[in-house]
Amino acid sequence: MSLLNEFTKGIIKENPLFRLVLGTCPALAITTSVDNGLGMGAAFTAVLLGSNIVISAMRKIIPDSIRIPVYIVIIAAFVTMIDLLMHAFSPDLYKALGIFIPLIVVNCIIIGRAEAFANRNSVVPSIFDALGMGVGFTLALVLMCTFREVLGAGTFLGVRLFPETKAAIMMILPPGGFVTFGCILGFLNKLQAKNA
Amino acid sequence: MQEYFIIIIGAVLINNIVLAQFLGICPFLGVSKKLSAAIGMGAAVTFVLVLAGLFTWLVQTFVLNPFNIGYLQTIAFILIIGALVQFVEMVIKKYSPGLYKALGIYLPLITTNCAVLGVAILNIQKDFDLGKTIVHSVSHALGFTLALILMAGIRERLESEDIPKCMQGVPIALVVASLMSTAFLGFSGLI
Repeated sequence: MSLLNEFTKGIIKENPLFRLVLGTCPALAITTSVDNGLGMGAAFTAVLLGSNIVISAMRKIIPDSIRIPVYIVIIAAFVTMIDLLMHAFSPDLYKALGIFIPLIVVNCIIIGRAEAFANRNSVVPSIFDALGMGVGFTLALVLMCTFREVLGAGTFLGVRLFPETKAAIMMILPPGGFVTFGCILGFLNKLQAKNA
Repeated sequence: MQEYFIIIIGAVLINNIVLAQFLGICPFLGVSKKLSAAIGMGAAVTFVLVLAGLFTWLVQTFVLNPFNIGYLQTIAFILIIGALVQFVEMVIKKYSPGLYKALGIYLPLITTNCAVLGVAILNIQKDFDLGKTIVHSVSHALGFTLALILMAGIRERLESEDIPKCMQGVPIALVVASLMSTAFLGFSGLI
């Protein structure tokens, strides 16, 4: 039961992107198509899972005073692996995400989970925590991608919904990213105020 | 000369690091409530970004490339930036306590500022020589400072405006950023 809690808290209650407002850079930059969102979400989840497992397994060995540099090296190692794997197996996605794959290293969610969760819990809860946070982040990315791809390009997962001339291209340009994110956050605040 | 000019205009206005490339959004949203804090953060990022650009370029050219270990780029760069931030913090603390007090809280945050790592990687991807790397880093840092200061100016005024409750804080800041970003799109015709 509590393991299930660790999993579900990342999806709604502590959604890293919409509730904690962490990891905003990739969320604004790569959410121009649903494909990118799914790819980024998968890469992010893989890195978080790896770093959470290793850090929680080694939490008693890592000296407290240098824990942050140790976390960063562990995370960077996983990011390098994902970077090389994506380059080898899905070059198109690799090109589309570009610089934001190596930048997963400085994604505050991953180091945040290491410090707030993996550092204090054993391996199994950390796995569920990582999966929950990963799925939560991916769902949030996909939601933003859906708005931007449908409105900005007139397609969903590459399937055309309406002619390109009717699409508001602004939505897949940088301003569209900011305004979509702002409106979603505002709407969630409104929803929360109503429920409270 | 012309090449350098194009790099400067491109980095400050057209590919503005915050408004067009979405790097460094966290400090952009977090430290843009007060103008004075925005200027401090801008100065700290400029300082670290330029030093990091320089050192990562040197490491890439003289260590990673000759030994063919380019795949260690991410790990090497993040360690350089982390060490650099720590070093800068110690030096400033010893020689200029006034500046340390002003920048103090922002310095540790810069390690995880994706703008610093992002620009370091961009320098390498674009195959710049040393001169261009420095100009490119300085102009991106200036672009970051410009966006941060503009944003802080707007947010100080927003304080006294009547904004719907659910949009206060980060949501309205994002909408403002969107409008600023639209304005910056206009610069893309410059080159």
